[in-house]
Amino acid sequence: MSVYEVLQVIIPSAIFFAAPLIFTALGGVFSERSGVVNIGLEGLMIIGAFVSIVFNLTFADTFGALTPWLALLAAMIVGTIFSLLHAVASISFRADQVVSGVAINFLALGLSLFLVKKMYGKGQTNQIQIGFDKIDVPILSDIPVIGPLFFSNTYVPSYLAIILAFVAWYVIYKTPFGLRLRAVGEHPMAADTMGINVTKMRYIAVMISGALGGIGGAVYATIISRDFSHATISGHGFMALAAMIFGKWHPIGAMGAALFFGLAQSLSIVGKTIPFLKNVPTVYLLIAPYVLTILALAGFIGRAEAPKASGIPYIKGKR
Amino acid sequence: MKLSELKKFFVSASSAFVVPVLAVLLGMIVGAVVMIASGYNPLAGYSSLLYGAFGDPYYIGETIRQTTPYILAGLAVAFAFRTGLFNIGVEGQLIVGWLAAVWVGVSFELPKAIHLPLAILAAALAGALWAFIPGILKAYLRVHEVIITIMMNYIALHMTNAIIRSVLSEEGFKSKQVHESASLRSEFLESITYHSSVHYGIIIAIIGAVIMWFLLEKTTKGFELRAVGFNQHASQYAGMNVKANIILSMAISGAFAGIAGAMEGLGTFGNISVKAGFTGVGFDGIAVALIGGNNAFGILLSALLFGALKVGALEMPSSAGVPTELVDIIIALIIFFVASSYVIRLLLSRLKKGAE
Repeated sequence: MSVYEVLQVIIPSAIFFAAPLIFTALGGVFSERSGVVNIGLEGLMIIGAFVSIVFNLTFADTFGALTPWLALLAAMIVGTIFSLLHAVASISFRADQVVSGVAINFLALGLSLFLVKKMYGKGQTNQIQIGFDKIDVPILSDIPVIGPLFFSNTYVPSYLAIILAFVAWYVIYKTPFGLRLRAVGEHPMAADTMGINVTKMRYIAVMISGALGGIGGAVYATIISRDFSHATISGHGFMALAAMIFGKWHPIGAMGAALFFGLAQSLSIVGKTIPFLKNVPTVYLLIAPYVLTILALAGFIGRAEAPKASGIPYIKGKR
Repeated sequence: MKLSELKKFFVSASSAFVVPVLAVLLGMIVGAVVMIASGYNPLAGYSSLLYGAFGDPYYIGETIRQTTPYILAGLAVAFAFRTGLFNIGVEGQLIVGWLAAVWVGVSFELPKAIHLPLAILAAALAGALWAFIPGILKAYLRVHEVIITIMMNYIALHMTNAIIRSVLSEEGFKSKQVHESASLRSEFLESITYHSSVHYGIIIAIIGAVIMWFLLEKTTKGFELRAVGFNQHASQYAGMNVKANIILSMAISGAFAGIAGAMEGLGTFGNISVKAGFTGVGFDGIAVALIGGNNAFGILLSALLFGALKVGALEMPSSAGVPTELVDIIIALIIFFVASSYVIRLLLSRLKKGAE
């Protein structure tokens, strides 16, 4: 196998594994930038995966090829509503944000499996019949060398994820909304004094993370697992959280980290077929994202600093 | 004690109980609503839950067996909470403890009086080591322990699986059974509980609770650990070594978690197998600690509650047709309600004012 052939296997599958992580990590960026820690990303992905699969199985005959897209939309909406629980608990009820996030994860898994058993009478749904089609990007896929690597035989949601990272960067760094969002996360009292509604900003940010986490889970379920069971989302939300931190709470950084973690995931699966990777034990690839995140936090790979007010409920009038 | 002091004592003790009890009640009520909404009979559901947890000696044995690791996992989370740390890595520390206990259990042949304590000690050390890393990073580099311990959970899971495959078996999925000399299994306990899988671990768990209470409440070191949790600057000013105390807190918390793993490795299963995902015991430990008010005695009660919920749930599908996951929903809701205790307290004080 030549190096080029190897890259042809690895790169598309890295992008394929990274897409759900990118969506979810971007959701995490919004939430944490506003000062709300979101350990519940895992749970939001679970809800997204569950909703998209159920929607797909139920409405595949009605909507045909449109089904997976509408399923994404449904997952986004339900994810947003579900994240309100975290918002109410951690913003209005001043709950410990980490504890509330843990509860979100428990509730998402319990509720979705409860409903799966109720609806299908077993612990696992059927396989969906209609997923996203693989496409070759017109024109770009004809570029020699790069074309086949990055632009052919891939799924549209992967590109959407990458485009969304740039949109998120623009929103957070170049718009008044983004400035307010960051202000609320760094120094809520100063922001409040300047007339920014801290509570409202934080609610919006958490709901965005719910929407994106829902989409992330839906993309994972629709493209990768194609059904829903207790093990569909196992740690991908936490990996997205790691990507967000490794990317230093920056949308583009988070996307880069998610792509890199996607690469590690794909290598751990396709590595067996590649000559010079065959002898690397899979465990190194499996733990790489987590070890790297720890190293990044410890300052060995540039210091990663959380937004200052992250994790602290804002109580008006308290200094 | 003067009457006023006595009154104050009862008021504070009752308010410590009120929030968890209300949270559990609210969780059960919402659970009943979920059952009604999805067409099940909540009375049948809860009575089968109760029967499945305490209905006959077998179920009681199973409930105690499930309570055992919950106590230790709850102690691990609570010990960290009490010293100002959030150890969300109990799950990972539990897995490495489980691995270490089984490893010692299968590799040596020693008299029981040495082998069993050695295996448990190995588990405690492994858990402590796993928590030591986030402790150091927190103390010296001021990195938040929550993220590090989450990452350590996954590293523990994948590394343990790799070790089971390559060292403890020949590319298999399961280690050998631990030697009889390292086992916590008890024919006596099994015989009085209709062959449930209850084992002597419960005694160790209760001793653990006593140790935690004694260490935190009755020793100078425990006072120091709590002081650092309350206010690092004041502790530093008072001449305490803040960094060493943070690391020690994490290590002790990890040791409790590691022993929780030993309960599974030496008692319940007697081996370790490759895991597709987490055991969940470590995460449930967070709920146990919160409901138990981070207090050793409270944790014994709340671990029993969660053990009963988990074991009782297994009876629900066959007797009442309710999926076992209902209990996971209830547990999640209980965590929400405890976490939102600010609102519960606010409502209670409004009610009190209204009554006056």
